[in-house]
Amino acid sequence: MKRAPVLMAMTCGVIAAAANGAPASAGVLDQVKQRGELICGSNPGLAGFGVPDDKGKWTGFDVDYCRAISAAIFGDPDKVKYVPLTAKDRFTALQTGEIDVLVRNTTWTMTGDTAVGASFTSINFYDQQAFMVRARLGVKSALELNGAEICVQRGTTNELNLADFFRAHKMDYKPVAFGSAAETVRAYDAHRCDVFTSDSSALYAERLRMTNPAENIVLPERISREPFAAAVRKGDGQWFDVVRWVGFGLVAAEEAGITKANVEEKRASDNPELRRMLGVDGKLGSGIGLPNEWLVNIVRAVGNYGEIYERNLGENSRLKIPRGQNNLWNKGGLMYAPPIR
Amino acid sequence: MKAGKPVRTYGQGRGPAIAWWGNPAARALIWQALLAIAVISLFVWAGRNVVTNLRASHITWGFGFLAEPASFDITGSLIPFRAGDSYGRALMAGFGNTLTASLTAIVIATALGFVVGVARLSNNALVARSASAYVEVLRNTPLLLQLLVWYNVVLKALPGPRQSIALPGGLLLNNRGLYGPWPVESPGWNAVGAGLLTALGLCIGLAAWSARRRREGKAALTLWAIAPAVLICLPLAAAWLTAGSLVGALPVTWPELRGFNVGGGVTLLPEFVALVLGLSLYTSAFIAEIVRSGVQAVPKGQREAGRALGLGEGPILRLIVIPQALRLIIPPLTGQYLNLTKNSSLAVAIGYPDLVSIGAGPVLQNTGQALEVISLIMLIYLGLSLLTALLMNWWNARMALAER
Repeated sequence: MKRAPVLMAMTCGVIAAAANGAPASAGVLDQVKQRGELICGSNPGLAGFGVPDDKGKWTGFDVDYCRAISAAIFGDPDKVKYVPLTAKDRFTALQTGEIDVLVRNTTWTMTGDTAVGASFTSINFYDQQAFMVRARLGVKSALELNGAEICVQRGTTNELNLADFFRAHKMDYKPVAFGSAAETVRAYDAHRCDVFTSDSSALYAERLRMTNPAENIVLPERISREPFAAAVRKGDGQWFDVVRWVGFGLVAAEEAGITKANVEEKRASDNPELRRMLGVDGKLGSGIGLPNEWLVNIVRAVGNYGEIYERNLGENSRLKIPRGQNNLWNKGGLMYAPPIR
Repeated sequence: MKAGKPVRTYGQGRGPAIAWWGNPAARALIWQALLAIAVISLFVWAGRNVVTNLRASHITWGFGFLAEPASFDITGSLIPFRAGDSYGRALMAGFGNTLTASLTAIVIATALGFVVGVARLSNNALVARSASAYVEVLRNTPLLLQLLVWYNVVLKALPGPRQSIALPGGLLLNNRGLYGPWPVESPGWNAVGAGLLTALGLCIGLAAWSARRRREGKAALTLWAIAPAVLICLPLAAAWLTAGSLVGALPVTWPELRGFNVGGGVTLLPEFVALVLGLSLYTSAFIAEIVRSGVQAVPKGQREAGRALGLGEGPILRLIVIPQALRLIIPPLTGQYLNLTKNSSLAVAIGYPDLVSIGAGPVLQNTGQALEVISLIMLIYLGLSLLTALLMNWWNARMALAER
């Protein structure tokens, strides 16, 4: 009976594991450090936010947030594994621990914080839901959409806002809902629907993929607030703080005028605020389990918030979305970081 | 144990005593017990993990969410659903759609499969080769790909709503669907429904009676003439009696262009058409092979015996070959029906609101109850599959060779 010892060992192993009970729960930050890699849930392909290029290298606004977290932990922005997730699968992937952090143009809602078991950290983009139609239709306002068939992605806040909007205005519509953004756009482009609805940033990005981008217009109405935020699994305060302060750090760096180009120079400054932020004085970084020069590493790798924005979404990109609400608070926008001290 | 009592040994007085661990029966029992413990421990361990992880992410387990109102809409479900209805009803609507699509596809796939399967056995080379090509192409490409192709064909080939193709019988066809007239709820139509049900019951009863007469050697009824007459006349008579006259008793809405789209009447969504088309063509290829092998497995001698008795080719097929082939066809056919039902969950790729698309989509997303929703979906599919298997087994038992 050669198999007997093996079988017995296996049995013992299983019993031991069962007796041991719940898995050892080290913090996510420790797990990431041990693994030597951050696992980031990302969009499977949304121009400006997260797309892999033909060499498999990921770029985009959300991707740069993942790279910033990686830079803060490892001093290297490229220690990230991207897991492309549809809107339908994203929270399940976060709940089950398949990903460490979800940076995927995901709207912060109360349900997200309570029922779904996610914790949203800090807002990285303020968006609003809008409608796109073909100009030929002659529609000038969303209030003229009674009876329209509308393409929308399943399992998004867009699907819910759409129902709310038409209910509130006592209008009728037919939703045609698809599992992924790509299928939704394709169906609208094939004239399956009269209207395509999504967050306005996504409408501008997806329009680039359509057969004839110029024939589609975005209606003026904005029917919801869609604050995009990075989310982590609930229950790990330290990891929550790391992700949240990477976001704040990017905004604070822009406000303090720290850029990719001048970060070394600013480090040598004798301004006490800059010295604190850049880890020359104090131990703010090690306070949340990061190297003291965390913000230096971030800005050196990806730049500050404004640089990330311009590169991926703003004037230097194909999307050319004006800063608007996403400007700094002292420039007429909503971006505001608590003091780093 | 008190001292002085005799120690019990195995195999007393018949050769040397064997220790208990040397006894094969006892050893087998121990191994089984260990395996059982291992399996149970595995489940306990997984269960504890689930509880710990749920608690850590502050998710409460429970099915209370099913009664809560949902704030999304579903188009084209058999069970109507509007924002404000409960999540439970949303799942029901999805389930209704899965059932409708699967049943329609099963009927079409079976009919197509029988035709193609018999065609493969044809003596005409063109027919046989075409049937082979049909089977090989459909059987050897992924179903998901076929569904996407059909969906895009349906969308691309048809015009927009303002250029709808008008078909005979008041039907309109465009890339938003196939539109047809539909009855408006009225006493007349209710009477027709009741009449139709009664007529169906009557027909089944007549068929049973006729079959008994045949067994007893008496003349059977000419059912093919009686059944249609009963099915048509009874509902109409019921409507006439209820409403007093047939004119205006059966109101109908006709599809017409209203604003953006065609309104009124009933709609067959392009998603539904593409799904049913894809599922039935794919499965029909497998059914064709099952039918071919079933027919070929009937020994040649059976046909020859039929000819020797002076039967024509038609009766030979109907009375000798098919009853014997069915015995071989039904069990694998059950497997294909189960596959088709489960494959219908690919609907999510082409935007048809089936059970998985609704359940794993908005219901799961907006409640966060992943475990509950997924296990519910699994239970529903399991129940559906077991029911199908039960029905097919019953049919199989009826068809099986009755040995006397």
